[in-house]
Amino acid sequence: MLKLPIYLDYSATTPVDPRVAEKMIPYLVEKFGNAASRSHAFGWESEAAVEEARDEVARLVNADSKEIVWTSGATESNNLALKGAANFYSGKGKHVITVKTEHKAVLDTCRELERQGFEVTYLDVLENGLVDLDVFKAALRPDTILASVMFVNNEIGVIQPIGEIGEICRAKSVIFHVDAAQATGKVDIDLNALKVDLMSFSAHKTYGPKGIGALYIRRKPRIRLEAQMHGGGHERGFRSGTLATHQIVGMGEAFRLAREEMAVENKRIGALRDRLLKGLSDIDQVFINGDMVHRVPHNLNISFAYIEGESMLMAIKNLAVSSGSACTSASLEPSYVLRALGRDDELAHSSIRFTLGRFNTEEEIDYAIKLLHEKIGKLRELSPLWEMVQDGVDLSTVQWAAH
Amino acid sequence: MAYSVKVLDHYENPRNVGSFGKEEEGVATGMVGAPACGDVMKLQIKVGKDGIIEDAKFKTYGCGSAIASSSLVTEWVKGKSVDQALDIKNTQIAEELALPPVKIHCSILAEDAIKAAVADYKKKRGE
Repeated sequence: MLKLPIYLDYSATTPVDPRVAEKMIPYLVEKFGNAASRSHAFGWESEAAVEEARDEVARLVNADSKEIVWTSGATESNNLALKGAANFYSGKGKHVITVKTEHKAVLDTCRELERQGFEVTYLDVLENGLVDLDVFKAALRPDTILASVMFVNNEIGVIQPIGEIGEICRAKSVIFHVDAAQATGKVDIDLNALKVDLMSFSAHKTYGPKGIGALYIRRKPRIRLEAQMHGGGHERGFRSGTLATHQIVGMGEAFRLAREEMAVENKRIGALRDRLLKGLSDIDQVFINGDMVHRVPHNLNISFAYIEGESMLMAIKNLAVSSGSACTSASLEPSYVLRALGRDDELAHSSIRFTLGRFNTEEEIDYAIKLLHEKIGKLRELSPLWEMVQDGVDLSTVQWAAH
Repeated sequence: MAYSVKVLDHYENPRNVGSFGKEEEGVATGMVGAPACGDVMKLQIKVGKDGIIEDAKFKTYGCGSAIASSSLVTEWVKGKSVDQALDIKNTQIAEELALPPVKIHCSILAEDAIKAAVADYKKKRGE
């Protein structure tokens, strides 16, 4: 029996895997000790759990557990990485490089760095959403101290060439930060091989709980940061605050499951995504946003031309999807990520993001395909743009009364 | 975003969707908005010889509130003279549909569509 609505918004957040929740619960009531309590068994028990989880996070990305610092989530990790590194190394230079399609947690932090006197270059991307390595190289300056590029884009799911960018940065001694919130469990991450200095993680995008994340801080060569949160000196002074043992245990378990299951899971989810794409491919005037090859298997971002995204969401309310990104859908502006790809505003307004996950089934995807066919037909009947195009009008030649 | 019952009703069952034949007598068209802004409304009125709007049809590219606003005005203009139709104000549309502040522009666009259709009618009659 199909349960409605169907959740197809796994890049917004994922449910906590029941196996993760089960592992977390004892750390709320029975094993409640403060991991910083060194004087009794309650503290030791929590500390051991925290370190086991830290090890699991490190193992997923082939890092040393001493390089992992707990935070409240990827937003805090991005803030700590960018502000912490920029502030610590400001004596070396004041220039920072990032990309226009980054998450707001990076872009807004960069805006703050600008207010603090840093200079930030926001790079354009190619039409497929990927960073052009030559453009990246050209943006480097003698006073560049820091670069930040996301591993996987949250809206279009494209995978940036992190290996190549890392080599470029290392050769120029530029600290390289990567927001990997959308990448864990989706792509193989080997921090032993990648020349990445700082990497942000989130638990709740990978079937862990909300409110917990981590920052990888490389030890060789050693990267230093200025702390943003001061207090009891937890996490070797990088991030003070009593550790949320139950959340940390949840993140560790979620990342352990990701490590063990991602190869099989990504194949299954990729097949569902391809089934969805195939099911929609007979619809006229449908455009995929972002590169289809360098892309995580669970993401499909499509523009249904001549249908406005919000009315589409209303029409398919039995599908939990997003138009643009969940963070910006409260505003009327079309997605800044799609605009950065050079998509015209009409197609940006018409985009829907489907992100599939662990608990989706073929039956759900087939329901979605059927529903989309019905509603697209209905909404195009309602669309004056569709009518004009059918009559052979080239919309780019129309003089619109802008308002 | 939560939509009002009236917006949902017009969205689910839009009234008077469609287009009149281009050569039909007494038909005037108002097209407002722009694809880049996320909404385009096409409102057509069919005016009888007595100057009364006999029928109206719309097509809208836009959010649910834009579709509901244009659906509503097709009902409201029917039976009115073209000058009476011009008295329909966006505030009335917004109130009827209980539009939230971020959707007021939809009601403004619907008012503009009426004005544009009436202007087209008057232009065609050489007024």
